[in-house]
Amino acid sequence: MATQNKYVKDVAGQEYKYGFVTDVEEEQAPRGLTEDTVRWISAKKSEPDFMLQWRLKAFEHFMSLLDQSQIPEWANITHAPIDFQNIIYYAAPIKKPTLDNLDEVDPEILKTYEKLGIPLEEQKMLSGVAVDAVFDSVSIATTYKEALAKQGIIFCSFSEAILNHPDIVREYLGSVVPYTDNFYAALNAAVFTDGSFCYIPPGVRCPLELTTYFRINAQDTGQFERTLIIADKDSYVSYLEGCSAPMRDTNQLHAAVVELITLDNAEIKYSTIQNWYPGDENGKGGIYNFVTKRGKCQGKNSKISWTQVETGSAITWKYPSVLLIGDDSIGEFYSVALCKGYQQADTGTKMTHIGKNTRSTIIAKGISAGHGQNTYRGLVKIMPNATNSWNFTQCDSLLIGGECGAHTTPYVEVRNSSSHLEHEAFTSRVSEDQLFYCNQRGMSIEDAHSLIINGFCREVFSQLPMEFAVEATRLLEINLEGAVG
Amino acid sequence: MKPLLEITDLYASVGEIKILNGVNLTINPGEVHAIMGPNGSGKSTLANVLAGNPAYVVTNGGANIEGEDLIPLLPEDRARRGLFLSFQHPVEIPGVRMDHFMRASLNPIRKHRGQDEIGILDFDRLVSEKIQVIDMSRDMAKRALNVGFSGGEKKRNEILQMAILEPRIAILDEPDSGLDVDALRIVASGINQLRHIENSTLLITHYQRILDYITPDYVHIMIKGRIVESGDKSLALDVEKSGYDQFEKTRQ
Repeated sequence: MATQNKYVKDVAGQEYKYGFVTDVEEEQAPRGLTEDTVRWISAKKSEPDFMLQWRLKAFEHFMSLLDQSQIPEWANITHAPIDFQNIIYYAAPIKKPTLDNLDEVDPEILKTYEKLGIPLEEQKMLSGVAVDAVFDSVSIATTYKEALAKQGIIFCSFSEAILNHPDIVREYLGSVVPYTDNFYAALNAAVFTDGSFCYIPPGVRCPLELTTYFRINAQDTGQFERTLIIADKDSYVSYLEGCSAPMRDTNQLHAAVVELITLDNAEIKYSTIQNWYPGDENGKGGIYNFVTKRGKCQGKNSKISWTQVETGSAITWKYPSVLLIGDDSIGEFYSVALCKGYQQADTGTKMTHIGKNTRSTIIAKGISAGHGQNTYRGLVKIMPNATNSWNFTQCDSLLIGGECGAHTTPYVEVRNSSSHLEHEAFTSRVSEDQLFYCNQRGMSIEDAHSLIINGFCREVFSQLPMEFAVEATRLLEINLEGAVG
Repeated sequence: MKPLLEITDLYASVGEIKILNGVNLTINPGEVHAIMGPNGSGKSTLANVLAGNPAYVVTNGGANIEGEDLIPLLPEDRARRGLFLSFQHPVEIPGVRMDHFMRASLNPIRKHRGQDEIGILDFDRLVSEKIQVIDMSRDMAKRALNVGFSGGEKKRNEILQMAILEPRIAILDEPDSGLDVDALRIVASGINQLRHIENSTLLITHYQRILDYITPDYVHIMIKGRIVESGDKSLALDVEKSGYDQFEKTRQ
């Protein structure tokens, strides 16, 4: 027992291993949020007028929400009020290059990636993964573009997409997450800086796993990413997003928006590993991660699958959801959320069944250690016309130690009688018996914890692409590592 | 000959309750010892104390493994020195495949022995070979550890792990409980196949019937936390015939 308590303490107090700051000159927007800030950002990015107009409408909407204090407060999280006028909304590395190859990238930036274990050079050669690396707010390097272009696939930064493919952007931007959707979505729409854009043409199966690494770097710079992925008829794409951030004292706001659209028979698989700075052992600092992710299965027989491994951030507020509009479409949500130290996560999904014979699966695994508070919040909504629809939900919680918490808030709304729902939930502890069994077989207390926790997460990890599954396993191990006394 | 396991005047408690009251036992390499006794006599406690279960506290006396003091060692360090406990009630660990579990368990033990870690392919071959000891299909090793296993499968799984880990001293806590005749025969045959001139077995059981298959060198009777009688196999037959009452009376 004493050994486990020691372990639990170590786990809870585990220091963040990816905390460092890269010294690169920045070009910043003036502090605070006004109409001028929005215009400044739009001008900085040489955007066409339709973008500026959209941003301004979003800005107006956001300010009206802010004036009425309509900041969302329903989540099971607590934090000091955010001063939206004390944030720098745009920062770009000053040597904005147009790069043909990695040799032209600032060596400091490359070093950062290496510290994170993301050597781009090697990735180019080895992994078969196309990388659109977002460093702070501007894309630095884009690889594999040619191979993808041959198939007609567009994979580029959001800024480039606005300039080079304005018609597609205009058609789909805000079509899944309108700027009126919620407080943080409105903020993002007004000031978003960059992100990824991907279009897969009809009948194309994207030959690579598409990857983006996001980092938050400049001091007090909120990061507002926006990602848009469109899978046209009969196409398929798997997209991986992995994150890590340097160590900070002050809280950093992150409010991203991701929109996915699948047309007839198309499939998007979107995987995330999130490991932003969670704050120190006393709960000071750390990223506030308020994200809106939603997919729209617009076409019939299409599929959107979200898989997330959330180990970082002081606060995670995130509900990757699917609107199942096309008949026979499928939505999936697989999630592992780890809260240790003073981390708080309120995460889950919304599955909205609109088309007939639509199906959804939700597997959510929450792990709480230290003083961590983990909440699953989910809504399964089956509309009157969504006949013969089906949902399976399983949300499990694992507690390590006696001071953490697990909460489950599932909502179900069924408006027809031909649909079918199943819900399973259980909460368990890593038991003394399990630990002793592993110890008796020669494993250390750390390895035993890691084994049991990985077992708990297995259903979710098995959904990740291979290289990500390995990374996720390692990430959990690193996060739960501690010396045995 | 240096004893493999030497237990000297061992007292142990769980919470306020004293369970072991001065156990003495010496086991030499190659020997099979059986401990018999009624419910609550302390047999399983002895097994757990030797394996280092933190729920039990040693209050007096001690135990050595090959001359080294066992009591200060962590459970995993005892395991790495070759002490194996076949659990009476093996736990379930959801999502953890048996073969992954066994490899995670074999490698630290190999490391302690000064051997290299075993690779996935070599380990696969090892499992395929050893799984025959318990007469099961290779697919069993892909299932989550003990999850949904029948009582018999759990016991066989313990013997499989013993076969993989090749312990110096195997403590088998009622490997026969809850088994039908066929399963009992398989488990007993597995244990017999693993008998070795350098290794020893401490077999804990209620009933004589497993001793029809496994012939012990010594049989001990445990009553109220002490060994009150030792002898050969005939002692077990005696228990079968007359029960444990005779020993309880002797003690009083």
